[in-house]
Amino acid sequence: MYLIQQLLNALQLGSIYALIALGYTMVYGILTMINFAHGDLFMVGAFFCFLAGVSLGLPFVPTMLLSMAGTAMLGVTIERLAYKPLRNAPRVSPIITALGVGLFLENFTLALSPYPKHITPLLDIRVWTVGGVSVSSLQILIIALSVVLMLLLDLYVRRTMVGMAMRAISWDRTTASLMGVPVDGIISVTFAIGAGLGGAAGVMYGLAYPVIDPYMGIMVGWKAFISAVVGGIGSIYGAMLGGFLLGGVEVLVAAYFPSTYRDFVAFSLLLVLLVWKPYGILGKPRPQKV
Amino acid sequence: MKKTALLVAFMSAVAMSFAGCTDTSGPTVKVGVIAELTGDIPAVGASCRNAAELAAKEINDAGGLDLGGKKYKIKLFIEDNAGKADQSASAAQKLITQNDVVAIVGPNASRYAVPASEIAESSKVVLITPWSTTPKTTLDAKTGAPKKYIFRACFTDPFQGRVVARFAMENLKSKKAAVLYDVASEYNKGIAEIFKSAFEEKGGKVVAFETYTTNDKDFSAQLTKIKKAGPDVVFLPNYYSEVPLQVQQAHRLGINVPFIGSDSWGSEELLKLAGKDVEGYYFSTHYAADAATPAATRFIQAYKAKYNSTPDDVAALTYDAFGLLIQAVKSAGKPDRQAVRDALARISGYDGVTGSMQFKEGSGDPIKSAVILQIKNGKFGWFANANP
Amino acid sequence: MGKAGRGAILQRLRDLAASRHAAHVCLAAGFVLSFAIPRFGLLDRYVQLILMYVGINIILAASLNLVNGYMGEFSVGHAGFMAVGAYTASMLTIAVFPSGASEWLFPLAVAGGGAVAAVVGLVVAIPSFRTRGDYLAIVTLAFNMIVKSVLENIDAVGGPRGVLGIQRLTTLPWIFFWSVAAIWVIRNFVYSNQGRGILSIREDEIAGELMGVDTRRVKLLAFVVSAFFAGVAGGLFAHLLQFINPRMFDILKSTDVLIMVYLGGIGSLAGSILGATIYTVLLELLRPLEIWRMVLMPLMLVLLMIFRPRGIMGMREFRWFVPAREWAAAVARRRGERAADAPAEG
Repeated sequence: MYLIQQLLNALQLGSIYALIALGYTMVYGILTMINFAHGDLFMVGAFFCFLAGVSLGLPFVPTMLLSMAGTAMLGVTIERLAYKPLRNAPRVSPIITALGVGLFLENFTLALSPYPKHITPLLDIRVWTVGGVSVSSLQILIIALSVVLMLLLDLYVRRTMVGMAMRAISWDRTTASLMGVPVDGIISVTFAIGAGLGGAAGVMYGLAYPVIDPYMGIMVGWKAFISAVVGGIGSIYGAMLGGFLLGGVEVLVAAYFPSTYRDFVAFSLLLVLLVWKPYGILGKPRPQKV
Repeated sequence: MKKTALLVAFMSAVAMSFAGCTDTSGPTVKVGVIAELTGDIPAVGASCRNAAELAAKEINDAGGLDLGGKKYKIKLFIEDNAGKADQSASAAQKLITQNDVVAIVGPNASRYAVPASEIAESSKVVLITPWSTTPKTTLDAKTGAPKKYIFRACFTDPFQGRVVARFAMENLKSKKAAVLYDVASEYNKGIAEIFKSAFEEKGGKVVAFETYTTNDKDFSAQLTKIKKAGPDVVFLPNYYSEVPLQVQQAHRLGINVPFIGSDSWGSEELLKLAGKDVEGYYFSTHYAADAATPAATRFIQAYKAKYNSTPDDVAALTYDAFGLLIQAVKSAGKPDRQAVRDALARISGYDGVTGSMQFKEGSGDPIKSAVILQIKNGKFGWFANANP
Repeated sequence: MGKAGRGAILQRLRDLAASRHAAHVCLAAGFVLSFAIPRFGLLDRYVQLILMYVGINIILAASLNLVNGYMGEFSVGHAGFMAVGAYTASMLTIAVFPSGASEWLFPLAVAGGGAVAAVVGLVVAIPSFRTRGDYLAIVTLAFNMIVKSVLENIDAVGGPRGVLGIQRLTTLPWIFFWSVAAIWVIRNFVYSNQGRGILSIREDEIAGELMGVDTRRVKLLAFVVSAFFAGVAGGLFAHLLQFINPRMFDILKSTDVLIMVYLGGIGSLAGSILGATIYTVLLELLRPLEIWRMVLMPLMLVLLMIFRPRGIMGMREFRWFVPAREWAAAVARRRGERAADAPAEG
């Protein structure tokens, strides 16, 4: 019973990591660029949730949609302003720019909102106790919503024209553009989707842990990044797997050991995993032409 | 050539800004304030700054401090430690070396006060912490002897931990307690351990003693463990931005026993962030705004008039810290660091907004009473007094 | 005076700057100044504090530049090495060395910190053999977090609450000494035979291997040297702030160092010096802006990256750091390129 309770906790945390990891993996897949500002987009999503849900008092569904849309637009704007000029620059420049954008988002939000904000419950949370295990409707919502979004994304990438264009660009950007694929537009769409998913994760995180502050995205962002890489960066299923894996390890370690060991065990396990599978669990090594 | 010119211009700008401007507006007593203005507990820093500015304004509006015939104005240098321990230390260094302050008031949270106190002690500058209750702040890290330059305006945790333990046993009739505390923070860890030993000394049993690290948001694993242990009360000696999450997650996991806290609960922000989830719970703290002495009432009214809100314990203690400091400066007769320190050490009793405090010889820790507050109808309400 | 006269003076100055003697004179002057300034209070004590932080950041930036700039890898966990050095040095001066002698044994403590960090660098270098690019970023990132987590769990060093009561042993002369040492060692390393191997890894690792470069050995050496100086910087830092805790060495600190390196220019020691100085000083200057300081600074960084993606110095190096023959060869090459371009433009 205790284990099942902890597993539920793990699934909830893992879903959120997985959603954010998806954003990382999509951008990396198409541009081979690590968007380190992604964790902060997640944070902005949570703040949009506050603005829509608390300041404007909207119910859950409009809040979720508005937050996702807002974050998606922010993601596209950042891409156009900060990353696009650097597409042909040395690989590290956009990464440093991403770090800078992330820092900017964090501190700008801090300047506008110096106090941590509280998100009043947007949904009635019911708690059912089944044989000693407490299940809250929020937990179920988070897990279900995440899985649905991830499946939708996978369908989108595999079955639509836009998805096909994304995959084409990730294989060979120059040839894809020669073939008439509107590269800039598709890249924007990718960023929008990735950021939107991050925003959704932000809303759900805000509902589950209703005290939000501007620095909440940092650690969560880096952990989601690690999840994406461990799962195999560039692979959607890899991101999902990595997210649930990290969430599971974190919760289970805290469940059976003192919580201070949590980070240490989690990261050591991940390190070992990477050494064993240097391209991530589901990652494919990209052949390098000599 | 252009680059060199740019570099030269940059360097001269730097040099000029560091040349420093001399203050030509009359003699001043420079006091430094280190507050948590940004970071995880900004409400604490804001209260501290407000009270400091109120105290300084009251003195300056009355013409200033009379030292040896001349009128000295109080000049505040307020530094933000951004909720980081190393920034507390560097803020202290800056106040001491660049601003040349006579004394420092703050930081408030123990985890920030301890490093700053080390800097102040080694630089031989008085530091009064309004709110830090952990014993380590005034004790030397290596020898355990009391520090000479560090004082505080509040009681210490060895007293507070016992107060909470006694309250839990006698008023709440608790026999099995659980604790969830931040192991990365000086104050939380200290008082959790004191509570545990005091509770067990009185015959109770601490059935779960769980930890987390600062900035953690998810406590489900630890709370599940606590639920499994079946306590009849849960002690959360944590700060106002963390307790709401902990209580909410506990409720969602089906833990419905009373929760109790310590003085870190004291900010009104707790009520805003937690809402109904903390209704009916108790915590120990330094003063009760609704059961105030005449001196306290005067302060509360002045604070309300200037800032439009009821002062919390941090504000009241900061005001008292300034009171102590002003008294010491007056008795020293000049804004000299060593003289102020000696005068402060000579104070044996002081009646402040937060009650009367006695200082023992050689100790910077006052002996004071505590109060137990209960959260009723979304407000803090006085429940009981606890005397040493 | 006339234009000709001024031109001649400028030319004299330029020649002076170019000569190797000028470099040595500057070094000697700096050495003397580093003693004189604190002794005679030539500068505000607060300015001295800032200078010391600048020195520490120079060492950090230069050491990271070795791995990220010259070798072209992507190491994101530099603060981990710094933490190891800081804690080792602090433990040495607090617990191991007799307290009276700590002033004299201070360089040993700092070097000790660097040595332990170097050993840890060795350990981190090994996964770098198999992983490339972004995966190395993960390895170093995980390493940084593991170091922080391990330190949080060792109660003997204060756990998460940190180490208190570290003596203030860092002085301006020591900072000067270690900064110069770091630049000197890294510079000589880069222009040595081993160093060429580092550059070859950045340009094209596979080609380098084919040409007989022992990439493993080179990577190991680079990581070890880089970690050593990061540890040194950590030891100096601990004895300046007099307090350390694991949280100070988390990913945010690593990010700071990354910014300094890329701001100044990868693959350029002068760039590291410039980046470290500008970053530290600018942050201090902007203090009056309070919270907006941290909004403005990353914005400027982003703008800089967009307009100068290689950093301020790009990959160009300051004259004094480049060995004489190398400089002459580069100048000749550039002249040749310009000559070759000219007819095409005509």
